[in-house]
Amino acid sequence: MARPTRRGFLVGLAAGSVSLACGGVAAAIESGGDAAERGEGELGMLYDATRCVGCKACMAACKRVNGDYGSLAYERAAFDPDGLWDAPQDLSGSTRTLIKLFKQSDREWSYVKYSCMHCRKPSCVSVCPVSAMTRDPLTGVVDYNKNTCIGCRYCQVACAFNIPRFQWESATPQIVKCDLCVHTNLAKKGVTACAEACPAGAIRFGKRSELLSEARRRLDEKPGLYINHIYGEHEVGGTNHLYLAAMQFSQLGLPQLPATPPAEFSEKIQHTIYKGFVAPVALYGTLCWLALRNLKKSPPHADRIGEDGEINHES
Amino acid sequence: MSHDDFQRHEASILTPAFFALLLLTLIGFFLVALRFIKGIGAVSNMSDGYPWGIWITYDVATGTAIACGGYAMAILVYIRNQMSYHPMIRSAVLTSLFGYGLAGFSVMVDVGRPWNAYNFFIPSKWQVNSAMFEVALCVMAYTTVLLIEFLPALLTRLEEADSKSLRRLAERLHRSTGVAPERLTTRIEWARAGAAWLRPRLDKVLIFIIVLGITLPTMHQSSLGSLLLIASTKLHPLWHTGFLPLLFLINCVYIGYSICILESVLSSYAFKRPFETKELAGLAAIIPWVTVIWLSVVFGDLLWRGQLGKILVLDFYAGFFLLEIALIGTGSFILFSAANRRSVRWLFVSAALIVIGGALYRFNVYLIGFNPGKGWRYFPSLAEFMVTIGIIAFEILCYKVLVKLLPVLPRLHGRDHAPAPPLPQSN
Repeated sequence: MARPTRRGFLVGLAAGSVSLACGGVAAAIESGGDAAERGEGELGMLYDATRCVGCKACMAACKRVNGDYGSLAYERAAFDPDGLWDAPQDLSGSTRTLIKLFKQSDREWSYVKYSCMHCRKPSCVSVCPVSAMTRDPLTGVVDYNKNTCIGCRYCQVACAFNIPRFQWESATPQIVKCDLCVHTNLAKKGVTACAEACPAGAIRFGKRSELLSEARRRLDEKPGLYINHIYGEHEVGGTNHLYLAAMQFSQLGLPQLPATPPAEFSEKIQHTIYKGFVAPVALYGTLCWLALRNLKKSPPHADRIGEDGEINHES
Repeated sequence: MSHDDFQRHEASILTPAFFALLLLTLIGFFLVALRFIKGIGAVSNMSDGYPWGIWITYDVATGTAIACGGYAMAILVYIRNQMSYHPMIRSAVLTSLFGYGLAGFSVMVDVGRPWNAYNFFIPSKWQVNSAMFEVALCVMAYTTVLLIEFLPALLTRLEEADSKSLRRLAERLHRSTGVAPERLTTRIEWARAGAAWLRPRLDKVLIFIIVLGITLPTMHQSSLGSLLLIASTKLHPLWHTGFLPLLFLINCVYIGYSICILESVLSSYAFKRPFETKELAGLAAIIPWVTVIWLSVVFGDLLWRGQLGKILVLDFYAGFFLLEIALIGTGSFILFSAANRRSVRWLFVSAALIVIGGALYRFNVYLIGFNPGKGWRYFPSLAEFMVTIGIIAFEILCYKVLVKLLPVLPRLHGRDHAPAPPLPQSN
């Protein structure tokens, strides 16, 4: 439904009254939770690899805008002793976003953009011991705070996309990853630097729900052009950075991932063990009881000076 | 909890081994300094694909398991009420203290922004979903507990120190600090009186601390397994399972008992004391049952997840899995025989096999079975190895010095200053 129509309104009304008649159960599911839970305000980007021309304007814009805030640096290449180019080979402690070209043959090739996927259930946020990685419940932006980060790199171990990078050559290293320009371009202009700079319309910035329907519209319009899959719609519980491409995503370095977020699995186990801290306290109590009972059976005689060894000492 | 169970090892501190260990320690610490000046990348081969190298895998994940001797012995003595093992506990606690203390030190070397570590004490920053948070707090608490558990050794030494050695100490301090020796002597006397006051009071509450010292490792050793639960897309299915916490917990128990055997045999050999064969045979009888439980969980879980076939493909991962199982299996098999358990040689061999196999399990989970994707490789650099070796050397060095300064080793009844025992023999 592109625009609200009279018919749509009536259908919705009818559906609503049916669900009310059903005891409001369906209604509770449909409208249950607040806006944050439904992810209505979640911001993201749609990258369309078929539109990308590989100009890397997004990379330049990202580094220009976020260089100071994110402590990013220009990366030299071996072929360029004069340092004229910024030539990162991969995401790194100096580069938050990267365009790569995957060329299978002269006819089959595709550009691909790497940057944080902004997962709806991010592993990095789940594992960070000091809450340096956070996810804004309203916008869904996964942000990093260098002032709390201890540099343990658990976020790197946890991320299924290998997105967070570490500044290995620095004495005061930070984790580097896209934060959707939340402190820079987004705050100033309401759009991410890469999406603003893209001359080909390959990067679209907006609300996740709108980006999803836009992606579906493109798939419907040109079914022959695309792989019929919106990468990020369901992967690891859904991401706010979405992809469309003409080549298999696994060939573009975007791994095949299950729809259940890894963090759900690990948190379930951790919460089962530590629910309400009951188990550790119970363990301590039981062990204390056992140890005290044992001590009564064979009492200590530490304060009696001159005694040599214990009663049941066997050596 | 008699303090008479322990004695100081009377021997010279400055042996050739001491200087060899000191050299390795100094090299390691020099490289640590380099890491703080030039960044982690300057000394290590870690990368964004393999963000955890041997510092985490060995020093933290494996080192704390090897330091579980104190935990395993405390369970045996205080929970299973086998007081006859009490004389072995102090050296076990001391090695645990070093193991954990240095694991904490390694973490501070490994993390990029250690100055932010204070955030662990700020409740608003706590992140209870993180297994790392749990591990960090538990390890810090447990190191403190181990310190308190070891305190009686220090206090006893302070009380019993004769006035002659005190006067010597005072004179030495006088030369280096310029404080009058009389004042120093009175201060040392105060410390002695304080120790005499504190020790019986500490004895009364010590059991609650000891039990805390059993609870905390139970929590964080399982959490060391939980750390890798999140890596469901990176860790090989032979090792990635919801039972990781349970497997790590059982793993540290059998490593703990085995390391007690190794330490006892090695220190008897090195310090020329008689072997504690009877106690060791008792410990050795426990180990195979623990490993059998562990192996049952491993294979039961593989069967349940339908991943047993991954062993039959005989690739790189299956090879390391089989090696780990073979080491632990062989070691346990040897210990099922009562005759082998009475032989120092077989005790040593089987305990070594189980420690190496158990440690390999942790390496498999943290490094070998961990594959972040195409294009990433990791093998530790020489400097990275030397940091780890330096830390281990420092650990052994401190142990060797402290058993000669404080009453740690089991008392030899009526055999003080006994002649050197014969070399290890199987009987």
